[in-house]
Amino acid sequence: MYGSATYRVALSGSGMEYEPVIGLEVHCQLLTDSKIFCGCSTRFGAPANTNVCPVCLGMPGTLPVLNRRAVEYALRAALALGCRIEPVSIFARKNYFYPDLPKGYQISMYDRPLAVQGHLDVEAKGETKHVGITRVHMEEDAGKLLHEGFPDSDRASHVDYNRSGVPLIEIVSEPDMRSPEEAHAYYSALRTILVYIGVTDGNMEEGSLRCDANVSLRPRGQSGFGTKAELKNLNSFKFVQHALEYEIRRQTDLLVRGERVTQETRLYDPAEDRTSPMRSKEEAHDYRYFPEPDLLPLQVNEEWIGEVRRWLPELPAARRRRFVAEYGLPEQDAALLTSDRALADYYEAAARAARNAKAAANWVMTEILRKVKEDKIDVDRVPLPPVRLAALIRLVDDGAISGKIAKEVFETIYATGKDPADVVREQGLSQVTDEGAIREAIENVIAQNQSQYAQYKAGKTALLGFFVGQVLKATGGKASPSLVNRLLKERLDRP
Amino acid sequence: MAIAKQEVRHIAKLANLDFSEEEIGRFTQQFNSILEYVARLDALDTSAIEPTSHVDSGSHALRDDVLVPSISREEALANAPESERGHFKVPKVIG
Repeated sequence: MYGSATYRVALSGSGMEYEPVIGLEVHCQLLTDSKIFCGCSTRFGAPANTNVCPVCLGMPGTLPVLNRRAVEYALRAALALGCRIEPVSIFARKNYFYPDLPKGYQISMYDRPLAVQGHLDVEAKGETKHVGITRVHMEEDAGKLLHEGFPDSDRASHVDYNRSGVPLIEIVSEPDMRSPEEAHAYYSALRTILVYIGVTDGNMEEGSLRCDANVSLRPRGQSGFGTKAELKNLNSFKFVQHALEYEIRRQTDLLVRGERVTQETRLYDPAEDRTSPMRSKEEAHDYRYFPEPDLLPLQVNEEWIGEVRRWLPELPAARRRRFVAEYGLPEQDAALLTSDRALADYYEAAARAARNAKAAANWVMTEILRKVKEDKIDVDRVPLPPVRLAALIRLVDDGAISGKIAKEVFETIYATGKDPADVVREQGLSQVTDEGAIREAIENVIAQNQSQYAQYKAGKTALLGFFVGQVLKATGGKASPSLVNRLLKERLDRP
Repeated sequence: MAIAKQEVRHIAKLANLDFSEEEIGRFTQQFNSILEYVARLDALDTSAIEPTSHVDSGSHALRDDVLVPSISREEALANAPESERGHFKVPKVIG
């Protein structure tokens, strides 16, 4: 009922234009081996309730002990987002009853988060948007509730606590986004950077990254905020955008009719492409946070921050700018090549060894990415080492083989891992640069294509391409095209 | 800062506890007497004192990211009132 047409009519009819105000809360699973407060495995997909122990099952008398690597990953993420790390942060208990939470509280951080005041610059609609990061804090994940799939699922829910205690960071943005596109761009850039710095696998199907959105409307030009709705279950980039689009239409419609937006939590249903109020857990927001007495304040000194900072890789945006400046790549190519850290590493290794940055970019973007797609593998699983690809580029640049032959050699070295120079030698693929041999081929082609020759002589010079093709074919693609071109022209244009 | 029965009922609800009217009345009195006693601290000037969250001012003992064998599923489920196919079974909740 809230089609986009309705939205436009409503807007023009009201004489008032509304501006969406959007903030995102993103939960990100950290790539540690063990859980945040105990030594159980974080591995996804294990049989139900096999990665559990008294600590993550919330048994009485157990004590949490914080995982150092989880803190380091959280710090790395906070630094990558330009946050200020707090010297002291405090874990707090967030109290509520829900069966996915075995202790009756979640250990999180409340008024003393790990890091504050960061930002992320994102590209949306050709513009750079500065999105503020309010805070980054650490917390433990809850278990997984299954509402269907059991014979008695109509009467009971079933719980798997393997995920209980998996380390998370929550990244809260400022309400800085003004459109679903910007929210999408922010979430996507955030995922790229978190995967890039190696703190998460970013796998959204497995729930490694989850997103809630706060959205409200206000008359354009007004600086105060309207009443917001919190949207849950935005588990893909597409859902974030669609749910926000729907919710903006819904709220616009309410405001235009003179009604009010209710502050509430709404669940997005991707099948129906709509949001609806979650059955309200009465008083659910009365979490009665208090400092977790079982964990001392977390102290992070300058030395530790410095150590984490040293491990921080060059970030995608900086690397993209460097690729443009250092390798002379177009902005778009640099953006593609830096979208994945392994891809950027592969490209740089190939470009440096080949001493031809542009050719390396073309090979990586077309051939390597084609293979990655065809074989459904990650870039770090590409069997061809970048130096081998570089050697192939050098063979072309040195005139040893033609570009066409290079594609064939590529297939061979990709499949076998052989040195391209060996492949060229073994298969006799060296470029024919012997002018005598090419002239001979030209004479044969002319002899076999007398009518085309006559047409050419009569002025149809566009047939040059035809002759080039025939000569290249006659030499098995091994002749240098530029040489063929020159010799053919000389021969055909001879009076 | 006296509290009323209504607040005691609210706290009971948050704690998933069910009390009789007689108990609610008794707890309201007890809550108030505890709060009055603690309120005597208000007589002190604490403006120059940092809030204390923990009695020990030391810093965290951290553990390395090393796996420790988990317990068996049978042990994990041993105390569950009900279980099914390796899962804890709980009254139906809506996700």
